[in-house]
Amino acid sequence: MTSPARPRLAPPVPRRSLAARRAVSHAAIGACAAATLLLLVPVVLLVTHLVAHGAAQLRPGFFVRMPKPVGELGGGMANAIVGTLVLVGLAAALAVPVGVGAGLYLAEFGRGRFAAVLRYAVDVLGGVPSIVVGVAAYGLIVVPMGRFSALAGGVALAILMLPMIVRSTEEVVRLVPQSYRQAALALGAPGWKVVQSVVLPAASRGIATACMLSVARASGETAPLLFTALGNRFWSLALDRPIASLPVMIFDYARAPYPDWNAQAWTGALVLFALVAALAGIMRWTTRTIR
Amino acid sequence: MTTPIPVEEARVVVHTPRQSLPPERSGPPAADPPGETVLAARHYHLFYGAHHALKDVSIEIPARSVTAIIGPSGCGKSTLLRSFNRMNDLIPGVRTEGALELAGAGLLGRDVDVVDLRRRVGMVFQRPNPFPRSIFENVAFGLRLIGLRDRGELEIRVEDSLRRAALWDEVRDRLDRPALALSGGQQQRLCIARSLAVEPEVLLMDEPASALDPTATARIEELVLDLKSRYTILVVTHNMQQAARISDRTAFMLQGELVEYGDTRHLFTSPRMKLTEDYITGRFG
Repeated sequence: MTSPARPRLAPPVPRRSLAARRAVSHAAIGACAAATLLLLVPVVLLVTHLVAHGAAQLRPGFFVRMPKPVGELGGGMANAIVGTLVLVGLAAALAVPVGVGAGLYLAEFGRGRFAAVLRYAVDVLGGVPSIVVGVAAYGLIVVPMGRFSALAGGVALAILMLPMIVRSTEEVVRLVPQSYRQAALALGAPGWKVVQSVVLPAASRGIATACMLSVARASGETAPLLFTALGNRFWSLALDRPIASLPVMIFDYARAPYPDWNAQAWTGALVLFALVAALAGIMRWTTRTIR
Repeated sequence: MTTPIPVEEARVVVHTPRQSLPPERSGPPAADPPGETVLAARHYHLFYGAHHALKDVSIEIPARSVTAIIGPSGCGKSTLLRSFNRMNDLIPGVRTEGALELAGAGLLGRDVDVVDLRRRVGMVFQRPNPFPRSIFENVAFGLRLIGLRDRGELEIRVEDSLRRAALWDEVRDRLDRPALALSGGQQQRLCIARSLAVEPEVLLMDEPASALDPTATARIEELVLDLKSRYTILVVTHNMQQAARISDRTAFMLQGELVEYGDTRHLFTSPRMKLTEDYITGRFG
C-alpha cells in the first residue's frame, strides 16, 4: 500500500469479432427454434392421426350409447366416458388433499431428517412404474375385497398422482415471497393462519396447475386399471364394482379382431385426448384471475 | 388491551463494563422529560448462533414520540427493532439474554402470547409488502384475524385506518382493486394502514422509506409526524437527515452496541461520544 508501485495495467481483454459473436448467437437461437419445432412434430402427428382415424365414428351417439355386442355395428362408450370421470374424480378426491397437505408441510415446516426421508420417499414413489402400483392396489384392495372395483382403480390412480402433486406444491409454495409471510406474522397471524390465508391463496394457481397435470396423467393410465377397475361392458357407477374406463376400453377395442371395434378405439382415444385437453383448458381459465 | 404480558425478571447477565461505551441510557439533562416508557430493553443481548449481534443494549422508548435508530449497515439496528415484536423468533439459532418490556411487562417469556404482542406492536417493513389481494382486504386482514366479521364494522375501521395513513382520498373509489396495482409509496402507506387497523400501541418501522422515491418518502415522513400523537413509533433509518427531521429521540448503534441515545437535536448538534460525532459528520459508515 505504501510503496508507490507503478500501476500495472492488465493486458486488454481479447475480443472476438462482432461477426463471430453474431454467428454464435444466431446458431444458439436457431438450435432453440429447431428444438421447439421438433417438439411440435409428435404433437401435430398425434392430433392429425387421432382426428384422421377417430373422427369418422365421432357422433353424438358415441357419448350416450352403451357398447353393442360383438357383431352389431355402432354403439358408443358412454359407460367408459363416465367411468373415467368417476375414477379420476375419486383419485383426485383422495390425492389432492393428501398431496397438497404433504407439499405444504414440506415447504413450510419440513426441516431435518424426517422431511428429507419423506422427500426421498415421494421421489421414489414417483419413479415406480404404474403397473407396479396397479399390482400393489390389487394386493391391498382387490384381494381383500374379493373383487375388482372402481375404488381400487381410484386408489391406484391416486397413488400415481401423489408424487407430482406433493413436489409441485412444495415448489410453488416455496416461491411465495417471504415478505407475505412476514407481513402476516407481524400482524399477529399464527403459523397455520399464515399458511391458510396468505401462502395458500398466493400459491393456488400453481397448485391447481399441478393437480390438473396429475389428473391429466392419471386419465390416460391403463396398466394399473387392468388389475383394479378391470373394465365393464355395462353401466355401473358403484364404487365396489368393476367400472369401465376409456383407456381400458381403448386397449380392449384396439386389440380386438373386429374392424368396427378398432375404429371405435380410435374414436375413444380422440375423446380421451379431448377430455384431458378440456380439463386443462378449464383449469387454466378458472385459475386465470386468481392473484 | 387484552391479556397482560406477564412481567419477566431481568436475568443476571455477565457483563464486562466498557470504558468507551456507556451501557446505560444517557438522556440529555436539558431535554424535556420523556413521557412514560412504553418499550424498554434492559441489558439485552442477542446471538445469531455464535455471532453476538446485540451487546448489552439498554434503552427506554417514551410513549407517543418518534425514536430513530441510526447506524451503519450490520450494526444491529434492525435486529433490535425486530426484537420488540419477536420477529427474530422465526430465525433458527437465535438466543437472547436480558429483558425486553412492553408497558412494563416482560415480553420474552415462553408464556407470552406472541400473537397478542404482535397485534400491540405493529410493524412496517423496508419494502412495501401488501398481500396480493384487494386494498380493502389488505387493511381488513388483521381485523379478520382478531375475529371481526361484521361487514359494516370492517368498512368503518378500514376507512378509519386508511384515513390515518393518509391514503383514503387516493383509494376510496377503488377499494376492491388489487393492492399491487398501487404505486410503491401508496403500497407502503397501505401497509401502515394495515398495521394501524388492529389498534397497536407501538409501530416499528424498518427503513420504511428506503425503497421509495423522494416524494413518497416525504409523504411517509409527514405521516410519521402525524401519527406520533397517538402511537409510539420506533423507526430504523439509514438516512441521518430523515432521523433528524422526524424523530424526537435518536439512538446511535455500532457493531451491536448502543453508543449514544438521547434527544435528537442534542445528539446531532453536540454528541457526547466521539464515535457518534464521527458517524454523523460522515467520517465513516
